[in-house]
Amino acid sequence: MVIFSLFVSVVFAVLTRDDPREQIKFGARLFGGFIGAGILMGWLLYPLPL
Amino acid sequence: MRATPADRTQTTSTPYLICALAWFLPGAGHFWLGRRQKGIVFLVALSLMFAFGLWLQGRLFPFEITQPLVALMAVADVGVGLPYFVARTAGIGAGDVVAITYEYGNTFIIAAGLLNMLVVLDAFDIAKGRK
Repeated sequence: MVIFSLFVSVVFAVLTRDDPREQIKFGARLFGGFIGAGILMGWLLYPLPL
Repeated sequence: MRATPADRTQTTSTPYLICALAWFLPGAGHFWLGRRQKGIVFLVALSLMFAFGLWLQGRLFPFEITQPLVALMAVADVGVGLPYFVARTAGIGAGDVVAITYEYGNTFIIAAGLLNMLVVLDAFDIAKGRK
């Protein structure tokens, strides 16, 4: 999940921003969002049976 | 960075050629349009993502019209361009459906193809002078 998030964040950041500093900021925010959403979803689904 | 009027005149004649190039080799469209750093990032990131998917026992799906979801996944796989054909030619990508990483591998391969399609659209916009 972390590696997937990293790749997708890098591509999206470079795709949507032109300034390198903006790319890093947006990429980091996106990456954090992916990881945060993954952990949140994991905990929300935790009580559900398989 | 917005394209200058001179860039627009130069590039609008070949947007479809640039799209084909961008699809065939990830990042090549941006490289062609002078956005070399972006081109290199796309080439490295998407190729690595695709290779990672294959390493995780992902499968290159066949075009089976009778199974629409499989056909859609095949379209997404082809989206990455040259790496797909290299893998097909080399006989890689049979996938191991019982491997624990099988679905993760598929996700990497499919996402790489779909992201490359977005990169192609971005190259088209740049070629048209919209960005």
